[in-house]
Amino acid sequence: MEYLSNILFAIVLVAGIGFFTKNVLRLSRNIKLGRDVDVSDNKPQRWKNMAKIALGQTKMVVRPIAGFLHIIVYVGFIIINLEVLEIIIDGLFGTHRVFASLGSIYNLLIGSFEILAVLVIVAVVIFWIRRNIIRIKRFIKPEMKGWPKNDGNIILYIELVLMTLFLTMNAADYQLQLLDAPHYTKAGDFPASQFIASLFSDMSIASLIVLERTTWWLHIIGILCFLNYLYYSKHLHILLAFPNTYYGSIEPKGKLNNLEAITKEVKLMMDPSADPFAAPAEDAPVPEKFGASDVKDLNWVQLLNAYTCTECGRCTSSCPANLTGKKLSPRKIMMDTRDRLEEVGKNIDANKGVFVEDGKQLLGDYITKEELWACTTCNACVEECPVSISPLSIIQDMRRYLVMEQSAAPVELNNMMSNIENNGAPWPYNQMDRLNWVDE
Amino acid sequence: MSNDKLRVPTMGQCMAEGKQPEVLFWVGSAGSFDDRAKKITRAFVKILNKANVDFAVLGTEESCTGDVAKRAGNEFLFQMQALMNIEVLNGYGIKKIVTCDPHSYNCLKNEYPGLGGNYEVVHHTQFIQDLINSGKLNVTGSLYKGKRITFHDPCYLGRANNEYTAPREVLKNTNADIIEMKRHKQTALCCGAGGAQMFKEPEKGDKDINVLRTEDALSTKPNIIATGCPYCITMMTDGVKNKEKEDAVKVMDIAEIIATAEEL
Repeated sequence: MEYLSNILFAIVLVAGIGFFTKNVLRLSRNIKLGRDVDVSDNKPQRWKNMAKIALGQTKMVVRPIAGFLHIIVYVGFIIINLEVLEIIIDGLFGTHRVFASLGSIYNLLIGSFEILAVLVIVAVVIFWIRRNIIRIKRFIKPEMKGWPKNDGNIILYIELVLMTLFLTMNAADYQLQLLDAPHYTKAGDFPASQFIASLFSDMSIASLIVLERTTWWLHIIGILCFLNYLYYSKHLHILLAFPNTYYGSIEPKGKLNNLEAITKEVKLMMDPSADPFAAPAEDAPVPEKFGASDVKDLNWVQLLNAYTCTECGRCTSSCPANLTGKKLSPRKIMMDTRDRLEEVGKNIDANKGVFVEDGKQLLGDYITKEELWACTTCNACVEECPVSISPLSIIQDMRRYLVMEQSAAPVELNNMMSNIENNGAPWPYNQMDRLNWVDE
Repeated sequence: MSNDKLRVPTMGQCMAEGKQPEVLFWVGSAGSFDDRAKKITRAFVKILNKANVDFAVLGTEESCTGDVAKRAGNEFLFQMQALMNIEVLNGYGIKKIVTCDPHSYNCLKNEYPGLGGNYEVVHHTQFIQDLINSGKLNVTGSLYKGKRITFHDPCYLGRANNEYTAPREVLKNTNADIIEMKRHKQTALCCGAGGAQMFKEPEKGDKDINVLRTEDALSTKPNIIATGCPYCITMMTDGVKNKEKEDAVKVMDIAEIIATAEEL
């Protein structure tokens, strides 16, 4: 019986991490459904981007209030999780505050965890007020109804509960230390929880131990639950922001890729020595689909983008189309892509690893033409994203599908394009008149 | 503006004379055909002539870059245009290109290299800044002294290619008061013409983008809204008309401001 709690702890830990691993594998399988894209170039620049944008939060502080609060939660999250290491060792080996021997360093650590925990609580409360009381515009757009709204709040509640448990646990521990309870090593500075501890001054050692143990268990179980909540939530960004900023574009924002398959065909068309009536070779591969109508037509970085999006809506709040009441919302493009990708992933899971055609696709069932044609390709969304997501690249790939596979451009654009084909200008003017401006 | 004849050599003429100009002026479709944009083209040529720049144009050998087709999703048409243009450009051994259109600028600079077209490409605001910095062009006129000018960043110059300083540096030479809109540089709002929107009606919404952007500009109480893109000029001019301010507020390209400041 002596080792019951250790065994129980090991089971909880393995179950929590095991379930999470399963979801990570599913996540990576889904992302790999995308087309391949070469992102092996310029590694130093990519590491630099990751360090600056993800680790250094440089894009977050462009909006100072949200940015500052986010840094508190982010630093709090990382630093306080050092404590989890101690909890795991204590849990597995039955020790208590195993790092206490670090002495004054330990005191400093616990002290800073506590101050950060209080700051995180303050930040989380302000975040909640921004979402639910002030109702900042970007949080109440149509795509944020239902689950996305609840998801945002649930994350804040979990963070609030975890921090409260952490502080209560420390308070009970501190009170036990004051009472010279056996096993409770005198260690740690408790700048915040000592105030909570004063509420416990009438409690017996036995009930304090119950309180300390309960909050200790709930805290670690809560952390494991939160870890497993990530995959079902917009909160995946806490992990994926790092690879996403690494793989994000390092080209000028205006550069749109040239489709290689098309270069081959156009060069063949323009080659005077090519035989226009030549039959395709027997073993010629099926021509590649141009553009994207479903998630599998997108490349894997675009799919990673979709899982990374935390639905903050900075893109949408800066999108000229959205600002003027059009249906397009760059955030919705990312949310739709993820939702469809999840649907495809579940289909594969349900059918023993093979995707069974479900008669649906990203284009039409999730993203409408109206949204795609409202984009001005101004790059405001790309500029705004704090984690290097490009909604624009998905919009462009879907336009390519509409135009090149379906000839489904708006009529005016078809006119414009036939003008270019016929006269070399988007307007119906003769190429021979190109120099008339000189004498006008 | 005076009506002296513009000196506009074509690459064909230069080749016949055995000359290789230093820079090719890519006029672009808007600059060649759009009535408003043609004025920008002429203003820029006046500057080039004044600074004795050794340049030429392709004239009737120039064709649409294909940029707008690419943004609309027609990669076929884009690459056909691009490969044809590259054949012409490479045939003339072009090394450096200047253009007044940020869309052509972006396309030539970023998307032609992958198809075999490698050139040094500069926007005309960068080119004018270089002329001023190197002493080839002196802006001395006081026409704009004390005037309030706000600069609207074209998306394909600003966000797309990170050029925010050249147009502003050039404007400083006019001694005008440069007043920034609340949304400027990285956060500048699009005029509404990009991504092939210029050629179609906007989707249903509660406002036109150019009107919203014009409101941004008008809130700085400007005498002049300056920009560096023929499409932005059209959109902002329409926006100013929509607000019935066309008598009080002018919409001008940087090249026009410099050319008129110098009474070219």
